[in-house]
Amino acid sequence: MAGLFMIELKGIRKAFNQGKHNEYWALDGIDLTIPAQQVTALKGPSGSGKTTLLTILGCLARPTEGRVRLKGEDISGLPERFLTEIRRKTFGFIFQQFNLVRGLSAIENIILPAYPEGQPRKDLLEKAEALLAGVNLGHRRDAKVEWLSGGEQQRVAICRALINDPAILIADEPTANLDTKLSKEFLGILEKLAGQGRTIILTSHDPLVVESSVVDRVVTLRDGRIVDQT
Amino acid sequence: MRIWIEKQKHLIDFTLASLARRKAKNLGLLAIYTLLVFVLASVALYTHALRVEAQKVLAGSPEIVLQRLIAGRHDLIPPGYLEKIGRIRGVQKMEGRLWGYYYDSVVKANYTFMAPRDMKIERGEIVVGPALERSRGLAAGNGISFRAYTGELHTFIVADVLPETSELVSADLVLMNEEDFRAFFKIPEGYYNDIAMNVANPQEVRNVAIKLLTTLPDSRPILRDEVLRTYASIFDWREGLMLALLSAAILAFGIFAWEKAAGLSAEEKREIGILKAIGWETNDVIKMKFWEGLLISLTAFLVGYVAAYLHVFYFGASLFEPVLKGWAVLYPRFSLPPHIDGLQIATLFFFTVVPYTAAVLVPIWRAATTDPDTVMRS
Repeated sequence: MAGLFMIELKGIRKAFNQGKHNEYWALDGIDLTIPAQQVTALKGPSGSGKTTLLTILGCLARPTEGRVRLKGEDISGLPERFLTEIRRKTFGFIFQQFNLVRGLSAIENIILPAYPEGQPRKDLLEKAEALLAGVNLGHRRDAKVEWLSGGEQQRVAICRALINDPAILIADEPTANLDTKLSKEFLGILEKLAGQGRTIILTSHDPLVVESSVVDRVVTLRDGRIVDQT
Repeated sequence: MRIWIEKQKHLIDFTLASLARRKAKNLGLLAIYTLLVFVLASVALYTHALRVEAQKVLAGSPEIVLQRLIAGRHDLIPPGYLEKIGRIRGVQKMEGRLWGYYYDSVVKANYTFMAPRDMKIERGEIVVGPALERSRGLAAGNGISFRAYTGELHTFIVADVLPETSELVSADLVLMNEEDFRAFFKIPEGYYNDIAMNVANPQEVRNVAIKLLTTLPDSRPILRDEVLRTYASIFDWREGLMLALLSAAILAFGIFAWEKAAGLSAEEKREIGILKAIGWETNDVIKMKFWEGLLISLTAFLVGYVAAYLHVFYFGASLFEPVLKGWAVLYPRFSLPPHIDGLQIATLFFFTVVPYTAAVLVPIWRAATTDPDTVMRS
């Protein structure tokens, strides 16, 4: 897969409240290619369209205009059901607020994305335990997620993102809620995941992330447009 | 197929975990829901069992009972009527019956006195119903005196007590010899309270009744079907009365359940967003919530129904007995044979489980069809 484009965006525009008095174009003509097996960071000030772009890259939202190609296949016009399947099988998400389901244990949260796949519970639990062990969190297996620290919650969110063994990882402001020590730990995990050959796309304000050696490519956005790619 | 089963197992697992997480809310809902099913099922089971029982009892009763009326009131049948009826074609069997009511001021209750034709009772002896055995402490060999309406005191020896199995119809019975009965109530020989008769061809019952009216214009034939209908309407009326009393509670539950089921908390909405973002299809979310609604309503239905069954058939419907059984000083103590009607279960199921499950699904469908990217912005 190395050297190929994982995702290609062509002429992407995204409007909110289209046709209403408060119509707003969050993205305005984005052409972007995401190479496979690389770490791409999207940076830019608040309101620049980073998160909107990330939702389109991660099949969480459809563009108002333009084409999205995933591994060469145009997925822009696919119905919601197929997009969901692609999202589940191809992407793993790490949200800024972690978005874990409160009241469930760490391991129960991790196996959630695999439920629609219908794999036996025993296999899922084994896989989730291995993932937890990989981020040194095996001892917190049965702890309710609301009892975990911020760093632990993020590691559970990372395990959850990996349960379906996705080719692409999407992380929205992954260090926004972490201190420097935990942010560095996160970068360590990121490096490990990149080393496994996964494609990683993240948004960040944080210079610690954007300037890190783990990041292969930085895309800068402003007012819904790409202003720089390095 | 295996994948589908695994998927459903996962959904049920998650549903159970969801229910456990909102324990207080769900247990409260379940308790009220169960109570409602219990009350409705108790009323339905009890009245249905009574109706069935009454039909069974009346199945052995005569097809026509003939009474004589004077000024619109029930009066004694004078001699000669039996002969006249005997000449009407179609009447297979007839007998004059002797029965009456007696008020016992000691226990402030009415007894039914009868002189049965199919039971041999010696003069001076009586056979009493189980309610008398309880209220007056009677047993075989005991003596008891009743003061007749003439003021005379009549003393009888209890020869036997009727079995409890027949209590629904025999609780307050006092059976005695015909001569004793006539002496007690001063009913002359040849007079009866009414005449019971059977008709050879059941199709001809109405025709025989018309002939009876023509032959004996001062009489009133009462058909068994009419009695059955009267009983049925009494039970329906009681059931309706009970349900009317309960309607406020049912309405309150309806509003409560709708509010609980239809209103999604912010936490639930957030969860649905997360599930969609991590790859659950709208369908999966709806199915999960469907399982949740079904588990609550089905559990409430099963627990409520079983509790109602035990309440009615093993604890004598003690909670609703006074309303459903009617007024009496000497309540018959009887246990109804368990009887379940499929249509009744289906109706109760339809009106309790289906609306709740539907009420759960509407808001979920709305929440589940929102875009998954909203979670990214929360």
